[in-house]
Amino acid sequence: MTSKTRVATVWLGGCSGCHMSFLDIDEKLIDLADRIELVYSPIADVKEYPEDVDVVLVEGALCNTENLELLLKVRDRSRVLVSFGDCAVTGNTSQLRNLLKIDDVLTQVYQAGPGSIPKGPEALEVLPVLLPKVYPLHAAVPVDFYLPGCPPDPDRILRAVTALLAGEKPELPAESITFG
Amino acid sequence: MSVITLTINGIEGSAPVGATLLEACRQNGVELPTLCHLEGLTPVGACRLCLVQVEGARRLLPACVTEAQEGMVVLTHTEKLVKYRKMTLELLLSERNHICSVCVANGACELRALCAELGVDHTRFEYRCPDLPPLDTSHERNGLDHNRCISCTRCIRACDQIEGAHTLDMEGRGIESRIIIDMHQKWVTSETCTKCGKCVNVCPTGTLFWKGSTVAEMQKEVGFLQWIKGGREKKSWSYL
Ligand code: SF4
Ligand code: SF4
Ligand code: SF4
Ligand code: FES
Repeated sequence: MTSKTRVATVWLGGCSGCHMSFLDIDEKLIDLADRIELVYSPIADVKEYPEDVDVVLVEGALCNTENLELLLKVRDRSRVLVSFGDCAVTGNTSQLRNLLKIDDVLTQVYQAGPGSIPKGPEALEVLPVLLPKVYPLHAAVPVDFYLPGCPPDPDRILRAVTALLAGEKPELPAESITFG
Repeated sequence: MSVITLTINGIEGSAPVGATLLEACRQNGVELPTLCHLEGLTPVGACRLCLVQVEGARRLLPACVTEAQEGMVVLTHTEKLVKYRKMTLELLLSERNHICSVCVANGACELRALCAELGVDHTRFEYRCPDLPPLDTSHERNGLDHNRCISCTRCIRACDQIEGAHTLDMEGRGIESRIIIDMHQKWVTSETCTKCGKCVNVCPTGTLFWKGSTVAEMQKEVGFLQWIKGGREKKSWSYL
């Protein structure tokens, strides 16, 4: 194989812990770097999600319209989409707000909380609108592989990514597909 | 002891007369997933994970409450059964609010472990995210979190059959089922609860927990059931 695999990682409604865990594969990253081209990621300075991505890991749940728009674009432009971590797979802690009224959440965080944020019409121009509920990724797009864990530990990430780079569907043992 | 013979997954096996299909399977080396069943408590057939296919039966049968009969031909891991078991687990995950990453039972949860074992790495069903009664942490030692309950009734049976207190019960039906304490009151006001902790130990999920446990700290211990059951049967108790 001469050309490198085009890999992307995306950060939606999550805490970035899954990305941190990915970085925790430590020196194995160096081996990976030889085999992949990182075409989009929160740790790379690329503004627009590119076309023709081979494998993408998507962290985080769908919380707002921006998450949804980006995910639709990601799905459209990527061959293999991995639901990366519990927030992406189940909604996890991000979906705790599904038990609450959205107005109460907004009031609590943006009106009663510290700091000042845009309000009213101005807000609609600069802030993405929250979805009525938080959803896992597969509620909106087909997902090719699920990698649960909060965060998935570096070992299971490495196993999954190694298989995906070889063009195979990862076969993880039971202890590597636990939630939480 | 009289014995019956039966065929499990094409292999001849035997079991004592009166044994359930689940016991027969296990005695013949065939493991079935279970959640509501717990050795030492009467079986109730609530979770449907142990469903098996019996030749001649028009529907699938829960092995834990079906008596093994002479000549039965049983299949335990057909494609259909495995599919239904996974679906059952997915439905359990979507029914209430299971947030494993912040759950006290994370490392000790039978539901979570079975999901991993059966390859349930996501649920296809929309999460219901129900608004449930608040946490009851009024008890001196135990806590009750309705978000994690799978209505297996193990706690109720342990409290009734082993401790003899019958503090716990179930109100409502189906997805409206809720564990209640005595006459539907706060745990601390219960006059029947002996604070023995049996319910907490037998609960397969993070619903019943020791107060003060944080994420993944819960350990469950169910060995006492066998000890009590054996003691009652033999009318002798070994304290070693
Ligand atoms: S009870 Fe089990 S499945 Fe439910 S949140 Fe806790 S660990 Fe997860
Ligand atoms: S602590 Fe013992 S008596 Fe009290 S509810 Fe639990 S099982 Fe019943
Ligand atoms: S509290 Fe635990 S043991 Fe009792 S019904 Fe719910 S899940 Fe089962
Ligand atoms: S174990 Fe048989 S129905 Fe639950």
